[in-house]
Amino acid sequence: MLTYIVRRLIHAFVVIVIVSIAVFILIRLLPGDPIEMLISQTQLTETTPEMIEALRHDKGLDRPLPVQYADWFVQMIRGDFGTSIMRNFDIGKEIGNRVTVTLMIGLSAFVIGLVLGPILGIVSAVRRGKFVDNLVTVIANIGITAPAFWVGILLIFFFGVRLKLLPIYGYTLPWDDFWMSFKQSLMPIFVTALGPIATTARQTRSSVLEVMSEDYIRTAWAKGLNERKVILRHIIKNSLLPVVTLQGTMLRMVVGGSVVVETVFVIPGMGKMMVDAMLSHDYPVVQAVTVIMTLVVVLSSLIVDLLYGWLDPRIQYD
Amino acid sequence: MERLLTVSGLTTEFRTERGTVKAVNDVSYHVDEGEIIGLVGESGCGKSVSQLSVMQLIPNPPGKIVAGSVEFEGQDLLRYGRESREMCAIRGGRISMVFQEPMTSLNPAMTICRQMGEVLTEHLGIDKAEARERSVDMLSQVGIPDPGKRADDYPHQLSGGMRQRVMVGMSMLCNPKMIIADEATTALDATIQAQLLELMYEMVNKYHTALVMVTHNLGIVARYVHRVNVMYAGRIIESGTVRELWANPMHPYTEGLLKCVPKLGERLVPIKGMPPSLINRPPTCPFLPRCRLRQKSCFEEPVPELTHVEGDHYTTCRVRLEGLTDD
Repeated sequence: MLTYIVRRLIHAFVVIVIVSIAVFILIRLLPGDPIEMLISQTQLTETTPEMIEALRHDKGLDRPLPVQYADWFVQMIRGDFGTSIMRNFDIGKEIGNRVTVTLMIGLSAFVIGLVLGPILGIVSAVRRGKFVDNLVTVIANIGITAPAFWVGILLIFFFGVRLKLLPIYGYTLPWDDFWMSFKQSLMPIFVTALGPIATTARQTRSSVLEVMSEDYIRTAWAKGLNERKVILRHIIKNSLLPVVTLQGTMLRMVVGGSVVVETVFVIPGMGKMMVDAMLSHDYPVVQAVTVIMTLVVVLSSLIVDLLYGWLDPRIQYD
Repeated sequence: MERLLTVSGLTTEFRTERGTVKAVNDVSYHVDEGEIIGLVGESGCGKSVSQLSVMQLIPNPPGKIVAGSVEFEGQDLLRYGRESREMCAIRGGRISMVFQEPMTSLNPAMTICRQMGEVLTEHLGIDKAEARERSVDMLSQVGIPDPGKRADDYPHQLSGGMRQRVMVGMSMLCNPKMIIADEATTALDATIQAQLLELMYEMVNKYHTALVMVTHNLGIVARYVHRVNVMYAGRIIESGTVRELWANPMHPYTEGLLKCVPKLGERLVPIKGMPPSLINRPPTCPFLPRCRLRQKSCFEEPVPELTHVEGDHYTTCRVRLEGLTDD
């Protein structure tokens, strides 16, 4: 078990190295130059090539690429993500602030999906063909097909602009102003959670239906258990395995989805930071955010794999 | 002997896309206390479905018990709902069932001990510690070595034979009045099969439990069973004691079955043709298309009820019953 975790962590490290190289190269392949953007931003009317070169040297962007990469990666391992080219802030600190916002919304959405998805799926499977089942199926289909940004804009239009019930943008941390934070979080959390709830509900439904026709469920009935006990003791645990796999990918979706949701609702989180940095070619910021998101994804899939062992005793780690 | 179970006119239908299938058609039989009866017939003849109907374990939809009564210890079980409290108390408590598929009949995510203990806590209301103790004791009775340790194993850690021993043990836990063994040994290899049959035979004799053996193995029937019901296409077409049927089979299907039992130095004689489709069957004798005794009138008259011949022997062959000859 321990050796398994260690091996998985080594794998995780390799993945992060590969991702860091990829993002390092890809962001530099994009047309546009951060130094030129920086200069045009500061609105100097006259710029000489010397000034540009001096600034480039100052930011360390004139060094050979392998040197730049090695320097960045080593610093990062030491916990220093460097400084933003555009706005000169300490990236590590900024991510620290913004990750809280993203996690507040992302984790709430994830937990809601984690709980609500399976419950809807189980209810829908147990009452299959009934009204509840049809309702869940319709909602799930909408949740899967409707893009997050579109749902977000619709919500802003109805609840924000028309009904004026909820603020249409921004974010406040709950320990600063809980009521405001709650109102501001409702729509982003709903939009983020919609996909996970819908996908999980559908997966759980079909998984439960499959388990229901297993021989050991017939055995459970033959023992004289009532419906509640058959479902709680025998069906749920066995039908959760494929759902857990899916939940692992859900965490990724939530993290990745933050890019869209935070842009739509103008929330100062990691996703918004990523988008802003990409638009201004702020290389080190894009690199740092990408690596952090990769870390979340890799660790979440490790947790999922460890959960398997608890759900299905046939799975052994070695 | 006291009458334990009387099934009469039991009819179970399945709705399919191609029509309604009468998987069990007007089946009547009885089981006395402590008696071992056999239910034989080829695959798809309704043996299992009839037994699942008695236990009300038919998945609905598509299956439905449409007629008949199942009287067990004076109660008509079919009056109770599938998931009613009364039916749950009978399943596992008064009647238990051992299934054909040892590899898949146990919950893969639960230890043996918990699966067995569940029956006890459910029906006898005892606590978990005592349930465990009794389960371990039962495991040793069904010949599981080192039962204290094995009790905490998961099903995948046991072989098929071991799992079926667990199932047999589980079925005996609440000391039921009747056990239905639905092809309980079919999926196991021959030596394990023999061991398990001996074990079940021993156990039901020890606790004076009635046993319904559903099988297509006539060897098993000859060795352990008191009375046999022969099923064909959803109906019981002949029944009697083993001695009566073996010495004097009345129905040509029973005759055919007996000729299919392998004996050293003798050629097997297969029954020609296939069993009929059960969708929209006419009321005539279901064996008609394959029968070597058939008469013209068989095509016109409906199949007779099980009719008494002598002793415990009943048959539905009108040719034999009425002594018809070629016309």
